[in-house]
Amino acid sequence: MSEEKLHYAYYPGCSMSTSAHAYGSSIKHVNQALGLEFEEIEDWNCCGASEYISVNALPAYSLIARNLSLAAQTNTHELVAPCSMCYLNLHKVEGYMRKYPDLNEKVNQALAAGGLHYKPGTMHVRHLLDVIVEDVGYDAVAQRVTKPLYGLRVAPYYGCLITRPESEYNPEYPTHLDELMRRLGATVIDFPLKTHCCGGHMTQISEETAYELMRRILHNADEYKADLIVTLCPMCQLNLDAFQPQVNQMFGTNFHMPVLFFTQLMGLAFGFSQNQLGIGSEIVSASAALRRISEQPAEPEQRAPKKRDKNALPMPPAL
Amino acid sequence: MTEERVGVYVCHCGHNIAGTVDVESVSRWTADLPNVVVSRDYKFMCSSLGQELVEKDIKELGLTRVVVAACSPHMHEPTFRKACARAGLNPYLFEMANIREHASWVHPYDKDAATDKAKAEVAGAVRRVQELKPLEPFIAQIAEPTLVVGGGIAGINVALEIANAGHPVYLVEREPSIGGHMAQFDKTFPTLDCSACILTPKMFEVGNHPNVTMLTYSEVEEVKGYVGNFDVRIRKRARKVNTDLCTGCGECWSRCPAKVVDTVYEAGLGYRTAIYRPFPQAVPKYPVIDTESCIYFQKGTCKACQKFCPTGAIDFEQEDEILTIHVGNIVLATGFELFDARRIPQYGYGRLANVFSSLEFERMTNASGPTNGKVVLRDGVTEPKSVAIIHCVGSRDKNYNPHCSAICCMAALKFAHLVKEKTDAEVYDFYIDMRTISKDYEEFYDRLLNEGTHFIRGRVAEVTDAARLPGEEGKLIVQVEDTLIGKQRRIPVDMVILMSGLEPQRDAKEIAHLFGIGCSEAGFFIERHPKLDPIATMTDGIFIAGACQGAKDIPTSVAQGAAAAARVLALISQGEIEIEPIRAQIDEERCSGCRICNNLCPYSAIEYIEEKGVSRVNPALCKGCGTCVAACPSQVIEGQHFTFGSLMAQIEGVLWDRRPDGGTTVYTQAEPVAAE
Repeated sequence: MSEEKLHYAYYPGCSMSTSAHAYGSSIKHVNQALGLEFEEIEDWNCCGASEYISVNALPAYSLIARNLSLAAQTNTHELVAPCSMCYLNLHKVEGYMRKYPDLNEKVNQALAAGGLHYKPGTMHVRHLLDVIVEDVGYDAVAQRVTKPLYGLRVAPYYGCLITRPESEYNPEYPTHLDELMRRLGATVIDFPLKTHCCGGHMTQISEETAYELMRRILHNADEYKADLIVTLCPMCQLNLDAFQPQVNQMFGTNFHMPVLFFTQLMGLAFGFSQNQLGIGSEIVSASAALRRISEQPAEPEQRAPKKRDKNALPMPPAL
Repeated sequence: MTEERVGVYVCHCGHNIAGTVDVESVSRWTADLPNVVVSRDYKFMCSSLGQELVEKDIKELGLTRVVVAACSPHMHEPTFRKACARAGLNPYLFEMANIREHASWVHPYDKDAATDKAKAEVAGAVRRVQELKPLEPFIAQIAEPTLVVGGGIAGINVALEIANAGHPVYLVEREPSIGGHMAQFDKTFPTLDCSACILTPKMFEVGNHPNVTMLTYSEVEEVKGYVGNFDVRIRKRARKVNTDLCTGCGECWSRCPAKVVDTVYEAGLGYRTAIYRPFPQAVPKYPVIDTESCIYFQKGTCKACQKFCPTGAIDFEQEDEILTIHVGNIVLATGFELFDARRIPQYGYGRLANVFSSLEFERMTNASGPTNGKVVLRDGVTEPKSVAIIHCVGSRDKNYNPHCSAICCMAALKFAHLVKEKTDAEVYDFYIDMRTISKDYEEFYDRLLNEGTHFIRGRVAEVTDAARLPGEEGKLIVQVEDTLIGKQRRIPVDMVILMSGLEPQRDAKEIAHLFGIGCSEAGFFIERHPKLDPIATMTDGIFIAGACQGAKDIPTSVAQGAAAAARVLALISQGEIEIEPIRAQIDEERCSGCRICNNLCPYSAIEYIEEKGVSRVNPALCKGCGTCVAACPSQVIEGQHFTFGSLMAQIEGVLWDRRPDGGTTVYTQAEPVAAE
């Protein structure tokens, strides 16, 4: 990407200044390094997450559309949301209003009560990861890496929302976060549970269900000898991090798996300090894991044996 | 305009047309058109009674032109042309109006509109037929030799049938040996015959047949001509081995130090050397050098094969050979390619070591394969204690291929049987349906049901190594909904076999284009008629047989090969064929010699006659596409049977109700005819 700055309307979401404040601070620094300009939408409101839509769809959609109409007042057509739930809600409602004229009419009726209007198709809703991967590009990111994360084994965890219901990436096996982490110098493990649910708000409704879902993810990351899990959704980070002690208690496990945001790792690789990126504010401390970052590139995962194992059958080549 | 006597026949086609179009009203309306002497409607015009109607009217009413309003000319134009010819009328004075596909079938809900459209079409046909001129077909000689492209089981059979009938055949195969995929298999269902045992005698027979010229490691580069007269250019790639001197002793490949993964014959499960013979029973027996992995060709050293060859047969300087052959007919039997299961990441093929594709497993159970027939895991040593077989990988799937690959259910049962025979493993077969449709197939399934395999009906969601429950550690877990009991199941196994689907060859579209035949979006070659003519194509003289036409098993491929051969033999025995005289003709008196048409012709059928300074169409090569007719700036090229006059007349006929007189239903003869 050239020197020109990329400009976006920014919808932070409720958690950005609370439970995911580390995400928020790391985003600021990453944007600075990459030349991304985020203009926070004036007077945005909560996106309603998953609860409101289940309770009463039309007011929920209108609530979300209010943000779209406020975003449309900025001078850009790109709207970026760093939280998967916010992204999905905004993206979904944008799509529904475009597809269903009846809904469009009703929602705009509701918006009119607040003196607002939204014409579907005005905003192009993006997730932060997509903006970095598509608009900035892997090469531009790699160029700004000054402190590669050599030797750090990272389990990329996408969560269930970002690639569903449809996406240009394979919904069950996306690879863009993997590739991004690889460009930062980290060793990325092929994490089978990368799009499995973290339990979401089930922590409030049925703990056993939620903790079991979390346990699976933590167990698998542990089994694959990941040093930490990297994620892109505040809910996923909160669940896997803050509730980890509860998971340990319920199942008698002894996980100590730090969970960081991908922008925190990007910031570290760009040379920012842990403090600036909110590292240290997580419940399960990442300091031990981060100490594993070495100066030298890691040894290749599967070193080709000097003497070909006479018995072993060859694997199919990489796609 | 001369007084022609036109007979019009409107077909009901049972309910196909009459159900939507009011055929009686069309027929009555047509009777009033000028020069229409008789207008009838009939239930089935293509029947012998229907044809006899036409013939009788030609003779008794002295018809000079005939219009049949019915189905597509693709279907029955030849039928009615022959009827006209039998009654003494030139077959090219016949016109067909398609009121089935073009009116009835596309407007099933608006009968009035369909009827009006049919009337317009018939009016157009009536005007056009009066502008047509009698034409005589062009007689082409059928050259005796036949080209068969593809040396798999289908191609081998085509070659043998034709060769045994006493005619010469060229068999072109792109790999160094004939045999195709069947040579890779271990056992064939339902008899569990050893595949190589039943194939190799045929391979030997065709390789040594006096009437067969086998060109292996060769590819067709260019095809020109038309039925009975094809000129084909073939590139015989250099093996770098002089086959006149080579005895096939094997000294060279036993000495070759360069080893690579054999991705073709061993399906990636084994190794071969740079100079290699694809498999022990290869026909021909000569090795070939893979220059990409040969140390001499890459770095300039080694030459071990040359040093040790007892007959001095290694020839590093050998060049490709180009030959041009003249054949009368071509049969394409280019086969299939296996679906690449790496496209489905959920099944873990290519990431999880012990997930195998069906072809990999065939090589594994084959006694001359990389494990000498032992069923083992990817480490080459451990016997699995549990094996999962997954159906429909890449088939019956909107995301990959919607078609069913026809053979995988039977092959899965075969694998289940072989695993049970060779190991003590538990076998789990995950199916959606059990498609065992041909002779003895259901009985084979029945036999399998008693061998102890666990059959689970469900489409597998995921194959993963992420253990969740006790007993899953270190295993591959198959996650599936068992639809017969309505529960999700996680079944830990040691090994997974994916029944990957059959796809067309990856360059099928290029091959179709090379030969001038049609190809579906997926890549299967298009047959002339899916039910009644699966081995002919829309291009006369080019036939298809085997899996290149659609996924199928060995007996069906063999049968199609014989069918294609029979069709070719019929043409050869007839010796000549009538070619439709629908081609372009240049009026040399008026041609200015600008030569614009020369380069536009897609069939290179136009030559420039220097002495006269005019262009001339070679009627043998012209396919009547009309490009030159449209391009000629002086409009001196006539498209026979599609003259400007006839086309303008047809347009005027179709627009009968847009006349300046405000749409009177009866067309008046006083209207001026469009200038030629």
